[in-house]
Amino acid sequence: MNIEALQLSIRLAFCVSAILFVVGLPLAYWLVYSRWRWKFLLEAIVALPLVLPPTVLGFYMLLAMGPRGALGKLWQAAFGHGLAFTFPGLVIASVLYSLPFAVQPLVASFETVDRKLLDASAVLGAGPIRTFLHVILPLSIPGIVTALVLSFAHTLGEFGVVLMVGGNLAGVTRTVSIDIYDRVQSLDYASASRTSLLLLVISFVVLAAVYGINRRALRRAWLPWAAK
Amino acid sequence: MDLVRFASRYLLLLSALLAFRASNAQEIRVAAAADLQFALNELAARYEKQTGTKIDVSYGSSGNFFAQIQNGAPFDLLLSADIEYPRKLEAAGLAEPGTLYEYAIGRIVIWMPADARVDLAKLGWKVLLEPGVEKIAVANPEHAPYGRAAVVALRNAGIYEQVRAKLVYGENIAQAAEFVSSRNAQAGILALSLANSPRMRDGKRWEIPANMHEPIAQGAIILKSAKDKQGARDFLAFLKSGAGRKILDSYGFILPASAAAGAANQ
Repeated sequence: MNIEALQLSIRLAFCVSAILFVVGLPLAYWLVYSRWRWKFLLEAIVALPLVLPPTVLGFYMLLAMGPRGALGKLWQAAFGHGLAFTFPGLVIASVLYSLPFAVQPLVASFETVDRKLLDASAVLGAGPIRTFLHVILPLSIPGIVTALVLSFAHTLGEFGVVLMVGGNLAGVTRTVSIDIYDRVQSLDYASASRTSLLLLVISFVVLAAVYGINRRALRRAWLPWAAK
Repeated sequence: MDLVRFASRYLLLLSALLAFRASNAQEIRVAAAADLQFALNELAARYEKQTGTKIDVSYGSSGNFFAQIQNGAPFDLLLSADIEYPRKLEAAGLAEPGTLYEYAIGRIVIWMPADARVDLAKLGWKVLLEPGVEKIAVANPEHAPYGRAAVVALRNAGIYEQVRAKLVYGENIAQAAEFVSSRNAQAGILALSLANSPRMRDGKRWEIPANMHEPIAQGAIILKSAKDKQGARDFLAFLKSGAGRKILDSYGFILPASAAAGAANQ
């Protein structure tokens, strides 16, 4: 079993869920409370990674990160080297890939917050930020936990995008899913099944823990239709 | 009620499709190594024109195909970049005995885009030490024969330790080619057959001397699970024929001497 690959995957998943938390909160807030008429377009964009094959995303990322791509040029100017085959490159690709897994639970969760509470908060003189921090956030804890866990687990299990832009560098871009693929390719099935089993157990334990802790609240946030 | 109607229609459509597939039996399913991408397309097109038999090719890495064939993948013929895989299939009783054929020996080249500002022909190996070359794409040496050959050649050239940190690994040789072609890597050690493909033909290349690594022997074998064994044999015979060898040769594959003798006998 390749511990280095597992550590890398976990590190990647932590970075991605942290970034998605910071980006996802305002984005989800805006998606819920904005009255912009073209909002549905942004909703569609956020949901795209759910339906796009990872190869499409990976292919575009590879072009974007290259010396002729916008992202690649920007990175080259700032850091003096390309973005493909690096850990930050992997983080950026994964953030895009896992975006809906963070944003959608947050949106579902914010939507269940009773508007009367928001009105009450406004009447009592709280600004939007204060209302968000003291009313919306505490009522959305289950949605936030779900968002964090799903983006973590989804990044941990990511394969296609990493395969497309990673370049398979030990300790940098060789994640655990890539390592399993490599082991199968090298006909080392024993090692592949050990790592696979470990990943299966980790994924199951993480999900079971969260679903267990948030059982009732989660139903409301993540499956709003099931709560009725 | 609606659901039943929908399901029955769906089943009808499905069975019609299956019947269509079954009637369309003149089709050879080939699992082929990524380095054959362009050469085999041309071979298949030529063969289809000559015989009317359709050649249905899946490209991928030999290790993947090996695992899939062990688990019952429905291929008639395997064309592997590493002859070890067909050997193993034969030993495991998953291939038709006696059909193993070494169809070609692969070659590797250092490849760079046409607008790279270096004199590759003059520098040869040394180009990889240039500071402008930040990443060098190779196939994964752990399981891809071209990657293995690249690393051995780098070692023999005495520069492996110096360039090791620059190497990035493609899942197979075609992905390594794609890394350079998309310019995310500045140079690549690629299969000559890919460097000769239409998209990469204009690039700069330097052929790595064949004595720098052990030969990349490629092997074909007919699988036990083949539906149309005679059809597979016929296509294999076409690979061995003058016309087939000519196409392989034009993409830069070396044709093994034993095969020349075999072809002469036919």
